[in-house]
Amino acid sequence: MSVKVIEVSGLTKKFGNFTAVDHITFDVEEGEIFGFLGANGAGKTTAMQMLCGISMPTAGAGTVAGYDIIKENELIKRNIGYMSQKFSLYEDLRVWENIRLFGGIYGLSDKVIATKTNALLEKLNFQKERNTLVKYLPLGWKQKLAFSVAIFHEPKIVFLDEPTGGVDPAMRRQFWEMIYEAADQGITVFVTTHYMDEAEYCNRVSIMVDGHIDALDTPAALRRQFSADSMDEVFRQLARKAKRGD
Amino acid sequence: MKQFIAFVKKEFHHIMRDNRTLLIILGMPVVEILLFGFAINMEVQDIRVAFYDPTPDDFTTGIAERIRQNSYFNYQGKMQSMEEMEESMRKGKLDLAVVFPQKFQESMVHSGKAAVQLLSNSSDPNRGSISVTYASAIIAGFQQEQADLIQIPFRIETENRMIYNPLMKSSYMFVPGIMGLVLMIICTIMTSVSIVREKERGTMEVLLASPLKQGTMIFAKTIPYMVISFIDFIIILLLSYFVLGVPVNGSLLLLFLVAILYITLTLSYGLTVSTLVDKQVNAVIFSATTAMIPVLMLSGMIFPIDNMPMVLQTLSAIVPARWFIEAVRKVMIQGLGITMIWKEMLILIGMILFLLGVTIAKTKKRLE
Repeated sequence: MSVKVIEVSGLTKKFGNFTAVDHITFDVEEGEIFGFLGANGAGKTTAMQMLCGISMPTAGAGTVAGYDIIKENELIKRNIGYMSQKFSLYEDLRVWENIRLFGGIYGLSDKVIATKTNALLEKLNFQKERNTLVKYLPLGWKQKLAFSVAIFHEPKIVFLDEPTGGVDPAMRRQFWEMIYEAADQGITVFVTTHYMDEAEYCNRVSIMVDGHIDALDTPAALRRQFSADSMDEVFRQLARKAKRGD
Repeated sequence: MKQFIAFVKKEFHHIMRDNRTLLIILGMPVVEILLFGFAINMEVQDIRVAFYDPTPDDFTTGIAERIRQNSYFNYQGKMQSMEEMEESMRKGKLDLAVVFPQKFQESMVHSGKAAVQLLSNSSDPNRGSISVTYASAIIAGFQQEQADLIQIPFRIETENRMIYNPLMKSSYMFVPGIMGLVLMIICTIMTSVSIVREKERGTMEVLLASPLKQGTMIFAKTIPYMVISFIDFIIILLLSYFVLGVPVNGSLLLLFLVAILYITLTLSYGLTVSTLVDKQVNAVIFSATTAMIPVLMLSGMIFPIDNMPMVLQTLSAIVPARWFIEAVRKVMIQGLGITMIWKEMLILIGMILFLLGVTIAKTKKRLE
């Protein structure tokens, strides 16, 4: 019996005449790695912002971690982690300072923060970089650190908005190993990406086109459905119909 | 509370680790004071004066002597003709020409009056008129002496004194203005940039998705700048007292109170600006245009308000610095108490409430 940590129905977001997200309905189960795919401009980020409680839906309803996204968005925020597309860490703060900041924001006590920081640095093999300003870290390390900070307070769900942008495949592979670990610990991972090969790493994926969800299933099932060899192929078939994005 | 402290610490880190900004914040007041105090001098000095005296006599030499000996004047010599005089003036070598008529003393003694002509180079009107004033005063003094000698009864003696600022030092006028300018720059520009920087960097999104309350974040961001601006205020006070010799005649406590009010106001304005712009560049331009320039031009810092056309005088009333500068001048230079500045303080408080109201109204609870 799996618990649904995200449930939305008819979720819509309009900006004036422009409908960014068009009545999407789906759910995500606890412990899942859910890939939220789509081209740029398809509406992924907007949809995710509504799920995180930072944007008000124009229509529709939903719950995240059991809390209503319209009325209880502040409670949602306490139970989720978020890694933004543009960036999540402060470049002119040291590694440990960033950890402490976000630990404090999520209400962890100083002792807990200190203990967990040590554990985290050891696991990532970052002890040497403890005092380094984040701007001096290579991109791949920054991303790993940002992810670790996002799940530092052990949230129920972590939202990742295009987390592996600009990084080589080897680094991306390492990053996804961290995601697997988090999922093993029971954290649900909601990740948007436009790297179609990463779709294979997910339990289930949805593909957004022009604001609506045109496909939702496991990668294997989708490949069968579209008679495709790869998720890339599936995506291209769907994207051909698209009016928005590249 | 813990969130708040963590955030304040972070803000201090941002400031301390940015060397260039730090230099501006702490160095600016020092530079401004030294600049205005020493380099920019509105006092009229070194007046180059020459005389045209066709028929020298005791009176004319007496007057010329007194003018020559005065430290404000710089004696250039005697002119041989009016043409020479005009030539010199035109070439910019002369500031003031004193022209005596023929037989000056004779006219004086026999008909009781004689005229001296003062020609001043008024391409800088301020300088020109003050040169004439100085010279007239000296001549009047000479006249007084002569009258004393003849012992006419029922003399009217006028005694001029410049109260509050007997030496007419322009630094008295500038220091409150510098305070107003520096605090406005730090609090308004820096605060608004700090908030907008989060938006630009994308960290704002992350913060919005966290349990951190917006109010906590904004308040935490203003704290470091409040501290720094207060430090700057003290630096300015110390520098102006010890280096420029500007007195603090009124209550220091009252002065601090006025400063705190003004700092709160400029911080509030910084917050207001941050709700209106999305890029740091725009924050700087917006703040500079709406804050710095009005302060420089309309607050009474450099140009006296009373001399402005009515339109600008009215405009000056909405420049917060104007009220701050008036209050500071009254307390610092004149030594007045709170009863004399209640109007200014009330206006400042009103402005704070207005700005905070606008900020709160415009702060979006969610990304739109």
